[in-house]
Amino acid sequence: MIDKSRIQYLEQLWSRTHFLLGDEACAYGAIYAGCDFFAGYPITPASEVAELLAAELPKAGGLCVQMEDELASIGAIIGASWTGARVMTATSGPGFSLMQENIGYAIMTETPCVIVDVQRSGPSTGQATKPAQGDVMQARWGTHGDHEIMAFAPSSAQECFDLMFDCFDLADIYRTPVIMLMDGEIGHIRESVTMLEPSTVKRASRKKAEPGEDLFGGPELVPGVMHYGEGASIHVTGSTHLPNGMRDVTTPRVHDELVRRLYRKIDENREKIIRVETDISTGGNARIGVISYGATARPAYGAVKAARAEGRDVDFLRLITVWPFAREQVTDFARNLDFILVPEMNLGQISREIQRFADCEVISVSKIGGVPHSIDEIYQAIMEAMR
Amino acid sequence: MTEPRHRLMGYVREEIMPHRFCAGCGCGTVLNVFVNAVDELAMDPTRMVCVSGIGCSAWIPSPYFRSDTLHTTHGRPIAYATGVKIMRPDLNVVVIAGDGDIAGIGGNHLIHAARRNIDLSVLMVNNMIYGMTGGQVAPTTPLGVKTSTTPHRNIEPPFKVAEVVAAAGASYVARWTTYHVFQLKKAMQRAMTKKGFSFIEIVSQCPENYGRRIGLKTGAELLRKIKEQSVRVKKAQEMSEEELQHKIVVGELCDLDRPEFVTQLHEVTKEQVESFSLENAS
Repeated sequence: MIDKSRIQYLEQLWSRTHFLLGDEACAYGAIYAGCDFFAGYPITPASEVAELLAAELPKAGGLCVQMEDELASIGAIIGASWTGARVMTATSGPGFSLMQENIGYAIMTETPCVIVDVQRSGPSTGQATKPAQGDVMQARWGTHGDHEIMAFAPSSAQECFDLMFDCFDLADIYRTPVIMLMDGEIGHIRESVTMLEPSTVKRASRKKAEPGEDLFGGPELVPGVMHYGEGASIHVTGSTHLPNGMRDVTTPRVHDELVRRLYRKIDENREKIIRVETDISTGGNARIGVISYGATARPAYGAVKAARAEGRDVDFLRLITVWPFAREQVTDFARNLDFILVPEMNLGQISREIQRFADCEVISVSKIGGVPHSIDEIYQAIMEAMR
Repeated sequence: MTEPRHRLMGYVREEIMPHRFCAGCGCGTVLNVFVNAVDELAMDPTRMVCVSGIGCSAWIPSPYFRSDTLHTTHGRPIAYATGVKIMRPDLNVVVIAGDGDIAGIGGNHLIHAARRNIDLSVLMVNNMIYGMTGGQVAPTTPLGVKTSTTPHRNIEPPFKVAEVVAAAGASYVARWTTYHVFQLKKAMQRAMTKKGFSFIEIVSQCPENYGRRIGLKTGAELLRKIKEQSVRVKKAQEMSEEELQHKIVVGELCDLDRPEFVTQLHEVTKEQVESFSLENAS
């Protein structure tokens, strides 16, 4: 739903130089990507996403509302999505926890939506203003039941902007919630951000169903969709349902086919969804590699470069897509390595995932407490492993 | 000879009938009254979105009413409906759900939707119990009633939901029962045509999981009790708190004209678009 007011807004926006918080870049990315409706609830360190959208989204013709809590925020965006709107919410760990049941609803009902989680130190209120990467597994398994999920971890303000396009497009293409898994460090970093000329922006759209076609199943992994007000008497339910949307909670085959399809539509499109960045050392003889993501990828890459400056071959891989997990990429990366170091701001959530797919030793370089890794800390860990 | 077809059958999803409500349940009555209200108003169901949550009465629109429906997670139908209404103010968005859904787990959304005065019609079917899960105490269960989770007696006073919603700022609030079908129909019509947040508490009977706990085993017996307990708003004003303790106050609690949320949200957005356009043209 890109109308004249949006184009006019973007025309004015793109030509300027921007020096933005990651949160702000994420919000501008959403406006660019065609977000029609935002609903959110204040929480550190994600409030700036809501504040920027509250100020700017209406200028571009989009609607913005602060709801009474995070449950209401995600509820409102799911409802709005069924009118055909591009929708999002933004929160941090505690709010993300509250949203989990409804994220499952969006998965089950195949409702496109984008959920931004600017991770902070937990559990519970934890260190409310300090960054962490402790929600990686919550993003994967936070809602109950079997499911596959998509989550992206930006490592710069620029990437906060860029990845919002992917989030909205993938949500529409696969009819599923997509999680923008930021962290407090990236949300509050301030960097220059380059925006695209609006006319060059391409947006994916939801596949429309033909009248009478099933909206919740059929021959394709992702069924076409219709929206409210189009006369289709759409029946949307979080209960197990038939391809026509009507409830059937007793037939084992119906549940099996539905839940497996919801899983497969992401799993079988991994190639199109997964993005990683690698920097393989020029010597080609590295025995050690570093895998990281989000804010931690920055000092991690710094440490890799420092080790190389000392003449050590160290390979580097950055996960941009955290979920679905880049298992083939990690297996390839690990092939000739003896060790992989995994710096992350949690107690090793992704390092265990890497261990499942890497045929070498995986060393977790975890850090919690609200202060990101320094380059030196990771450099020392590399040196330690080489010893 | 084919069976005679009900004149309003077109409004329901006939293909999944018969419905699954228990014998004597009030939900069938609410569906019947709702369909009659819609028919008399000549409302086009394709221009309606019915939103419901979890519980027996959530089934009244979903799956039974033939319109766009959104059967949400437990307690959240008003939140989901808010998103639908914001993006499609032209559609008539109706929430039909139970007391546990609307006033229990989802109570926060109810009072804030009333405070915003968003143009939704919320029909809360109050059967005074958690019926679907087997008869646990609800925030609306009368004092002293033995339920499966208050096996000795309920010591919590029931929530006066309609009064709370009126105090929170709704445009239209009424309470009727499944006995008062004609008054209820008129109230539904008022709610669905009134701009702003409209709320009707519909006191209903659950013979299976409430009635038999208080010694009233059939829908008819329970309905008779509900009728006997009913007192009109005007009469209730002259009664003491004590006299009203086991009464159901029925009638309109408010019918006011207040600024509506979605209209204003779109106005503010339009102002922003226009002033941005002017600033950048000069």
